[in-house]
Amino acid sequence: MIEVQSLSRFYGAHRAVSDVSFSIQANEVVGFLGLNGAGKSTTLKVIAGLLLPSSGTVVVDNVDMATAPVSFRSQIGFLPEDPPLHTEMTVTEFLTYLGGIRGMSGRDIAARLPVVIAACQLKGQEDRLIAELSHGFRKRVGIAQAIIHRPKLVILDEPISGLDPYQIVEMREVIRGLSSEATVLVSSHILSEISQTCDRLLVLHKGKLVATGSEEELAKRVSTSPLLEMTLISDLERLKSVLDAHDSVDDYKVVAQQDPYVKVEVQLNAEAHDDLIIAMVGAGIGVRRMVDAHGELEATFLNLTRGESA
Amino acid sequence: MREIVLLARRELSAYLNTSWGYAILLVMLVLDGLMFNAFAMTNQARFSADVLEDFFFYSSGTTMIAGVLLTMRLLAEERQTGTMVLLQLAPINEAQIVIGKFLGAFGFLSIITLLTIYMPILIEVNGKVSWGQIGAGYLGLLSLGAATIAIGTLGSAIAKNQLFAAVLGGGILVLMLLGWLLGRVTEPPVSGVLSYAALFDRHFQPFQRGRINTESLIYYASVTFGFLLLSIRVLQSRRLS
Repeated sequence: MIEVQSLSRFYGAHRAVSDVSFSIQANEVVGFLGLNGAGKSTTLKVIAGLLLPSSGTVVVDNVDMATAPVSFRSQIGFLPEDPPLHTEMTVTEFLTYLGGIRGMSGRDIAARLPVVIAACQLKGQEDRLIAELSHGFRKRVGIAQAIIHRPKLVILDEPISGLDPYQIVEMREVIRGLSSEATVLVSSHILSEISQTCDRLLVLHKGKLVATGSEEELAKRVSTSPLLEMTLISDLERLKSVLDAHDSVDDYKVVAQQDPYVKVEVQLNAEAHDDLIIAMVGAGIGVRRMVDAHGELEATFLNLTRGESA
Repeated sequence: MREIVLLARRELSAYLNTSWGYAILLVMLVLDGLMFNAFAMTNQARFSADVLEDFFFYSSGTTMIAGVLLTMRLLAEERQTGTMVLLQLAPINEAQIVIGKFLGAFGFLSIITLLTIYMPILIEVNGKVSWGQIGAGYLGLLSLGAATIAIGTLGSAIAKNQLFAAVLGGGILVLMLLGWLLGRVTEPPVSGVLSYAALFDRHFQPFQRGRINTESLIYYASVTFGFLLLSIRVLQSRRLS
């Protein structure tokens, strides 16, 4: 439904986006993941039709950006990181105005408004000035403007940045809800959010697409031997003797030590988590916390971007 | 066409719903009234037509100042606040954006200009004025206002912030006003071109005196069209960059 082929974008001699290709099916929620400066915003702006690509094509629902730019723009809804809002307007005035300049009739806007207000959880805010709204509500008004004209593709650039935990949960619901009528492309550098909200991830690094797939698929691609992060109650000597003696431990590194706690990273050569814990407890070491670091999306992401392996 | 009307209406309501619009309106009316009282309405016995001519002379100055102040925010503010993206994403072209913005600002300038009508009426109360002269004078003010708004729109299209937009728009306006002065110190045919291109001297004076000069109307329409076209080109080049 959305086809991006060999997309590149230069700023002078600097190549911000390099030969990026991917496709997204209708009603999919896809996460666009990358470190700051990876080229996410540039790629999203090109896909939204705000920037022309230096080369490559973007097609949304069989409408090519290059050959039918005006028609293409009507297929897109875009929320930049800072929501573009006319703060002197009320929510209803703002959405009505934008519906109008996007070609909707007055009757169509009137029918669409309650749907959008409900989808973005803006009930009760319709007649308030945007200037009076909290940051969370402003973000939702930003999403409302992006979907008022029934776009085929909704692009949300860092939609959860600056939101508090409660607002993040609500925003997650809003984003998931959008997929009932549009394909959604969400960018974020908050990895846990991306994994909870999206069906699939695209990982961008230094302007290149280095991986694509679900969280599990990406984790498998970069899987190495298990890496554990452990917080233990022990003296250092006793801990070292247990780790040195255990066959499954390839390597370990003491990360922090604050009596009585020791934080250590342990590299295993096999799935021997249980054995290691039994050995530690048997030696009188208290296990306060253990995290499978390679199971975390952060670790997967770091591995992908470190190696640039496509 | 509907999109242009929507853009113009939003622009007009932005002036009417913010203190900025009312501040300009207030300052211009007060300034106009003060100058009318101080310079046009003197203690000496004068013909009403001469007083009216002076009124239009001073009003042309406030019209041009208001034009620059009203347009400084037109596109530069959209760029500054990030709302330009809303226009760029809409299925409308740059010409629609520029014309819509121009019409909104011109509409508000027309309101300010027409609110000065009480001054010609005051002359009528104490003397005898020709409504033809009033009509021609206001036509001249609105033509000059349209040209000024178009010049300011270009400044706002180029500038990244409102202050720079005002400086740029004001700078172009002053250059175009100085044409008559430069015309006096240069040789023909350059002097002829410069004095013809001057925004005020040769083209506005007939309106002041109650004469509708077709050549001047065409001149103001051309300046308006030319600067709007340049503004459209600037926006188009920005989209491509």
